[in-house]
Amino acid sequence: MAIIQRDLLKFFRSPALMMASLIFPLVQLVVLGYAFGGKIKNLKVGVVNQDGGLETVRLREMFGAIAANARTFTTVGYVDPRKALEDLREGRINAVLEIPPDFSRNVLEQHEPQIALIEDNTDNFVTSALEGVFTGLVAAYNQPRVEPRVPGGVSLRVVELYPYVPYIQYLLAGSVVLSIFVSAMIGGGIIFIDDKARGLHEGYLVTPITKFELIMGFTLSGASKAILAGLVLSTLGALLAGIPNPLALARVARLIVVIVVSSMALISMMFLMMVRISDPLVPRAIFGVLNTLLFFPSGAVYPINAFPPWMKAITVIDPFTYAVHAFKSLFLKNTGFIAISGDLIFLTVFTVIMMTFATLLFRRTL
Amino acid sequence: MAAVEVEKLTKRFNGFTAVDSLTFRVEEGEIFGLLGPNGAGKSTLIRMLTTLLPPTEGTALVNGYDVFRQQNEVRNCIGVIPQAMTSDLDLSAEENLNIFAKLYGVPRNRRAQVIRELLQAVELEKWANHPVKHLSGGMRRRLEIARGLVHEPKIFFLDEPTTGLDPTSRIAVWEMLVRIKKQRELTILLTTHYMDEADRLCDRIAIVDHGKLVAIDSPMKLKASIPAASFLEVSFSAIPTGWLETLKSLPEVASVTVHDHIFRIASHNGPRTTIELVEAARRAGIEVSSLSVQSTTLDDVFMHYTGRQLRDELQEKTYETSLMPPR
Repeated sequence: MAIIQRDLLKFFRSPALMMASLIFPLVQLVVLGYAFGGKIKNLKVGVVNQDGGLETVRLREMFGAIAANARTFTTVGYVDPRKALEDLREGRINAVLEIPPDFSRNVLEQHEPQIALIEDNTDNFVTSALEGVFTGLVAAYNQPRVEPRVPGGVSLRVVELYPYVPYIQYLLAGSVVLSIFVSAMIGGGIIFIDDKARGLHEGYLVTPITKFELIMGFTLSGASKAILAGLVLSTLGALLAGIPNPLALARVARLIVVIVVSSMALISMMFLMMVRISDPLVPRAIFGVLNTLLFFPSGAVYPINAFPPWMKAITVIDPFTYAVHAFKSLFLKNTGFIAISGDLIFLTVFTVIMMTFATLLFRRTL
Repeated sequence: MAAVEVEKLTKRFNGFTAVDSLTFRVEEGEIFGLLGPNGAGKSTLIRMLTTLLPPTEGTALVNGYDVFRQQNEVRNCIGVIPQAMTSDLDLSAEENLNIFAKLYGVPRNRRAQVIRELLQAVELEKWANHPVKHLSGGMRRRLEIARGLVHEPKIFFLDEPTTGLDPTSRIAVWEMLVRIKKQRELTILLTTHYMDEADRLCDRIAIVDHGKLVAIDSPMKLKASIPAASFLEVSFSAIPTGWLETLKSLPEVASVTVHDHIFRIASHNGPRTTIELVEAARRAGIEVSSLSVQSTTLDDVFMHYTGRQLRDELQEKTYETSLMPPR
């Protein structure tokens, strides 16, 4: 009874612990509930119409109907097929639908008309959704308006841009970001607060080093551990998951840049959150909530296109989203810097904003 | 120029006055002690003087620099040993010193020599490469003293440097502080609630109570400043009616208090009062059960100036001040 009493007294006197114990399961319920199994929407399909005949008008009307109702995808018109493929590789669109030059004539002549769907198959959830919709669309298109004299209809030819991506490879990007986050949480959160509570920071504060040097010291020490974790996991993870040619020099160089930028973003976020905290229970209490809230909506385990609007709003400001996207681009598509430039810019600006606020809030006194 | 010059220094926390308009000077080269019970405001005062807390009112100059406006200049010339032991337990003694040498900007080519000299000074050279967690409390405190001296400061602040140490370690720390002070021409300002520590170590003492300065002088002069020179604690086989008044009327007696049948007699002349006391007991037909005569201590000084005993204050307020939650 005494042990029960002691533990309950401590529990009810620790608001951080109470909040974490009660809120964490709720956050997990809501986030995980909406993070998996939602209907994938708002994909972007580039349409290269090289025909321009009457039959393509009917196809475009059907695309428009899907965009207006099921909203699985919207179309982006392309004149140049090479530009469409380039955008597909850079991740700006999810697939390219190519209507060949003699499509209308082949339809009318019933001469095995074909359209081609070229997919970014690095996300199996997205490709399944697209293939399902387009197969249905072609079936609907082939429904006879009048009884045909000779049987025959349009067929969909699916072309995958990349080799098959197993789920372990799909998850790898999220795992690397998670390892960086855990290191940031331990180095920038738990150890930082524990050292502060034990009085170690008092020793630093009486030395003549500047506020900026102190903050940079705390940040870079945490970031260096996060970078190390990111490097180890991206190398071992890539080998384990079977990423093709994982040690290619150019890709490794780009990975290092993404690891450094992601580590700085996550550690600066942690530092801002912890800059005024002195209770060692707080970082431990928020660890789970923060992990769920940032990791699952990031697109690490399921495509963002399937999320409800409120969760998409989280993804916009969630640094995980950009880090995961950058790692996926490098691991699964082996893209260059252009494809991940948006992610790098966001993460850098995010770091600057976090560090600015952390510096403003950091106290050079006790 | 005084090493430390404090003028009406005040610190308030949400209406509570922790340090109340303190004014004093610490001269160069002296060991100056702030003596008082827990919660008297000693640590708050030291934190203000070491730039860790901004004062609410008043001024303080350390080595001629204003602690509020010239913080970096102050930090450059002071060494600080906080109350809690803050060396990194997983690092070795040498590694701890090396990190602080870097923080204080000790040039790379001097670091090794400075660290070696300091480890010798605190008699830890054999333990240089051992993790701090394997060192005893006294050794850790000596390491912290070395850490505070790594940049050769002029003024050394120590917040309760021997709290938690066993008597042997305490004496070792005292001897080391005196030796280092002489070798390095340091001014030392320390806080303590140990009367013997203040008595043996300090050239001058400021007694602080409830944030206020109640007395300041050398230990000898403080003891001489109270009316009694000796204290007798005596108990009797029986206590006749009017016995307290009888004792008060004895020659050289300044005051008499009684607690739990034990009489505490403050006397200007211990030996004479003792003789008169024994004679009075014989006349009253009672026996002296126990008798002890003590010289004036700083506790008596504290009691004289505050009306309370320092040891009682300490017993009432022995709580852990660490921010780490109790396990």
